[in-house]
Amino acid sequence: MPAAATPLSPQRRRFLMDTARMAGGCALAGGALAWLGHEARALPAEALRPPGALPEADFLAACIRCGLCVRDCPYDTLALAELGEDGPATGTPFFTAREVPCEMCDDIPCVAACPTAALDPALTDIDAARMGSAVLVDQENCLNFLGLRCDVCYRVCPVIDAAITLEPSHNERSGHHAIFAPTVHAEHCTGCGKCEKSCVLPEAAIKVLPLRLARGAPAAHYRKGWEEMEEHGGPLVEGIIDLPDRLPGPGTDTRAAPGGFEPSFRLPGAPVPGAGE
Amino acid sequence: MTARTHLPVGEEAIRLKGWWRAHRFLLLRRLSQAFFLGLFLLGPWFGLWWVAGTLAGSRSFGILPLTDPMVLAQSLVAGHLPELTALIGALIVLAAYALIGGRVYCSWVCPINPVTDAAHWLHARLGLQKGWQPKRHTRLWLLAMVLVVSALTGTIAWEVVNPITMLHRGLVFGMGFAWALVALVFFFDLLVSRRGWCGHLCPVGAFYGLLGTHSLLRVSATRRAACDDCMECFAVCPENHVIAPALRGAPGKTPLILSPDCTNCGRCVDVCSVNVFEFTHRFDQHVEVLPPPDRSGTTAA
Repeated sequence: MPAAATPLSPQRRRFLMDTARMAGGCALAGGALAWLGHEARALPAEALRPPGALPEADFLAACIRCGLCVRDCPYDTLALAELGEDGPATGTPFFTAREVPCEMCDDIPCVAACPTAALDPALTDIDAARMGSAVLVDQENCLNFLGLRCDVCYRVCPVIDAAITLEPSHNERSGHHAIFAPTVHAEHCTGCGKCEKSCVLPEAAIKVLPLRLARGAPAAHYRKGWEEMEEHGGPLVEGIIDLPDRLPGPGTDTRAAPGGFEPSFRLPGAPVPGAGE
Repeated sequence: MTARTHLPVGEEAIRLKGWWRAHRFLLLRRLSQAFFLGLFLLGPWFGLWWVAGTLAGSRSFGILPLTDPMVLAQSLVAGHLPELTALIGALIVLAAYALIGGRVYCSWVCPINPVTDAAHWLHARLGLQKGWQPKRHTRLWLLAMVLVVSALTGTIAWEVVNPITMLHRGLVFGMGFAWALVALVFFFDLLVSRRGWCGHLCPVGAFYGLLGTHSLLRVSATRRAACDDCMECFAVCPENHVIAPALRGAPGKTPLILSPDCTNCGRCVDVCSVNVFEFTHRFDQHVEVLPPPDRSGTTAA
């Protein structure tokens, strides 16, 4: 190439310099912007997205922060995050269950108002909404767990007896009362937040958390034997031997020896178990 | 010019045309800015929901959707295909500004414009230096950067810091710390860079500039033969590099201000005491032939 023979043009040099400077400046500014955007992505646990909101990463690509969902919410549940004051990305809609929970309107006006489908229009049944999940975070202060019959979270639940049930158990402390434990079933919980709102304690013992905080996830390869067996109509392996079950007690096989195994030796004069007096 | 050889900007126009004619488009522009903001405030203040939402996206009379096309462009490159409502809203806005000039948004609608105009007014009152002047095409680079960052991070990147939508949303929904951002723009224009934000940096302005490249509505220096070189149009114009090609063009060259940087604010029309400029359309090439003006110090008074 005879390019080396071409005299260097000052215009070209200036153009290249300017371009390099602009590109460098933009890379810096873009990095700062990306970092700011990344910071804004950390959604605080108490801020819940409206029903139908796409997963957070998709939501931030979709929500243009117009506030139409906020305007169309008839209960003033939703608010737009303000710069520096609320946690979520500035301008995006959220609600705080303890302040104003979602009333779960049948026609879901917030979803209908969204012009960009950041709130998924495929959500037509509000009971299918998953804004978060209730978690009984504090058994030690929950009145029902203390053996009292508060039951408020259970009774206000819009999907009562599905999303929250009361599970009775023996009250060991008093010895002759029951504990009615409020128990959340996440597959039915919409995350509306009414239970958290209505908890009578100064700080709610039941809280609605975003799903990423509220729930664990089973490993993909786990199988529940009892479910597999029911589905299959019998043991999955042919001719499997049913070994004796090990049950609690002094021994391990209470069916073979109720109350436990026979000890292999007995001290002279000790009573024989089961022999009676 | 250190010695004051000149009347304050606009004095001569006021004297010759009257106060109203010398401020017509400025006042109409302020009215327009207040009008568009007022439309959004009718709902929250008076319960009249003619227009709901913000400049980023709105719904008028329960039916007409409008969407900021630049916000939507970021959403698209971030990987979200929005519902038809937002797409239609953006198309309507695109069509409107493609016709009347993209940067009409900047001077007639954008709520940051009064802020930067105020900064410029104070800048002129205090007689400050023009300061750091990045190249005007910096905003195009920033626009490209915003789209690249949106694509890479999968978010609507500019909305993290956009002072326009933050101020507008703040006024309509409640402010938070958005004031600080608006103050930042004000002090940047006042102390760091004269006309710096709108004129050199704002990627939204760059976007609307590109959008209005072929727009119909144009300012034309129809009576450029009457120009007495008072330079007042250059003094008031926020993008004054757009004037010279039209005003000082050789005979036969177009008198139209064709640069997409022109915001169609009309301030040059106001301030010209000999009525060189007028609003017209881009196919109107006519130039009035006039006797040469008296350039022997009409402005010295």
